[in-house]
Parts: sequence; C-alpha cells; structure tokens
Amino acid sequence: MNYFEDLKVGERVVLGSYTFTAENIKAFAQQYDPQSFHVDEEAAKHSHFGALCASGWHTAAAAMRVIVLFNQRDLAARKERGERVPKIGTSPGVRDLRWVKPVYVDDCITYASEIHELRAGRRPEFGLVVSHVTGTNQNGELVYSAQGSVFVERRTPGPSN
Amino acid sequence: MAKLYWEDFSAGQIIDCGRRLVSADEIKQFAAEFDPQPMHLDEDAARATPAGGLIASGWHTCAILMRMIADGFLLESASMGAPGVDEVRWLAPVRPGDELTARGTVLATRASRSRPELGLVSMLYEMFNQSGTCVLTESCTQMLERREPATAAKAASA
Repeated sequence: MNYFEDLKVGERVVLGSYTFTAENIKAFAQQYDPQSFHVDEEAAKHSHFGALCASGWHTAAAAMRVIVLFNQRDLAARKERGERVPKIGTSPGVRDLRWVKPVYVDDCITYASEIHELRAGRRPEFGLVVSHVTGTNQNGELVYSAQGSVFVERRTPGPSN
Repeated sequence: MAKLYWEDFSAGQIIDCGRRLVSADEIKQFAAEFDPQPMHLDEDAARATPAGGLIASGWHTCAILMRMIADGFLLESASMGAPGVDEVRWLAPVRPGDELTARGTVLATRASRSRPELGLVSMLYEMFNQSGTCVLTESCTQMLERREPATAAKAASA
C-alpha cells in the first residue's frame, strides 16, 4: 500500500486466492454458522443450494485473510527497498456485501480490490480509502463483492472532517 | 419451538439473540486463520498498537453475531440464507472477557416478486458489550420460506 496521497481511484490489485474445502467450510460453520447446508453434506444436498457451501461470513473472512497477507508481503517488499511505509489504520465498516453465488467445496476464490473513493478521515494524519473487493471462482464467476474501507496514513497531514 | 416461517416476522418485532462471552483464545484463533494482524494475535504486540491491547477482528465480531443469530432464532426457522448485508459498522472494539448481547429488529417484510415460495425480511442487528456500548450494527435482508406459497395463498383467498 502507498501513502494516501499516492493512491488513485481505479487502481486495481489481485490480492490472492483461498481454496474452500469440506473441512474448512464445516470447521468455520460449526463454530459460527451451523445452518445445515454449511455443516452437513447430506442435508445440503436436499437444500436449495444442492451441495455443501461455505458460510457467507467464511467467504468474507477469507477475503480479509488474503488482504492482510497481501499487505504484509507488500510492506515487507517496500521495507526491503528502504522505502518508508504508511501506517494502515482501522476500518469503520463495510457496505454492500453481496454473496452473489454459493461457494462450494474445492472452489478456489481469487480476490481483487479496486480503489473506489479517497476521502478525508476524522484525523488529519489519515485518509479513508474505500475499495471494491471482489471474489471470483475458478470458472470466472463473481461470487462475492463488498465495499470495504480503511484508514491509510498520509505523507503529510491533510484536511479532516 | 415451532419452526418459524416468513409469515412469523413483522415490522417492529424485536428478537433477543442472547449473550456470548468472548475469550482471548477465540480472538487469537480466528485472527491466526483470517486476520493475522498484531492487535488480534498477541497481547504483547497488541499493547504496542493504537488498540492498546488485544481486540477481536471486526470479521470475527460479525461471525460471532452470526452464531448468536443462528442460536437466537435462525436454526429454528425456515431460513434460505441471505443475499447480502447492506452495512456493517464496527463502532467499538471487542476485547477478551467481553460479554456480548445482541438483538435484531425487524425493519420490514416483503414477498419475493420472482419466487412465490419465499419472503424477505429486512433486519437491523445491534450488538452491545457488558457496559451497554454498541460495538456493531448490521443491516441485512434474510430469505425465509413461506408457510404458504404466494400463489396458494391467493388461490385460497379467491
């Protein structure tokens, strides 16, 4: 991630992928979303999904994993080159989460992020970056999208609201 | 409890989703798998961050709310999942030892235009810690089976 001032609306990065397995789908769902179509293959077959599928929150959490690992690789590479790196702050929330299609066993979801909007934040040291995050399966079908937001440090303090 | 269908929900109804204690181990376990940042992973590292101590990943808080909703009423209902969530706001940090409560308010219900067998319920969920601070709000639409499909209901009343 660049400093806030160096980011541009429309910039897109492919963040990485996450593979859903029967084991990780069921493990997540048993803990956080034990609806039958997420924990039981037989019950899922008879549901409107037709087969075991991941909890939508699992799909969203996997996006976060891929984002964090991408940022860690990116920051390490920048430090290696001797660059100063911006602080990445908290996220106030997320909008328009859409589970467009079910995520089934053995689906490999590739997540990407595109900068949608750059806004002043509450603190002058940080700007708010609003990004459109998408997840696409191995057949090129969109399965997930969300509007995420995160505070990113400015090179020099700017306006706040 | 009798199974809940779309017809059992009406605007203004408030649903108690119980309480749940959040442990440091659970926070760290979720973070290791899905949000491996210092403030979610390790007490000492977290103390050095602006969070000032271990806090749960926002996605973990969403997952905990999902479980509370499931236990609160969804597992006893004819749920057909949710197409999405309009907005999640992470308003305050969730820390180890927090005892969270959650409630859902039915904002509106409507029949599906394209699928007579299901109906939609718009919900606002609010989650609070033991001090009464709202830590998270979530607004979403859930799909539920109808007890009587729309066409059959119409035929019956005709």
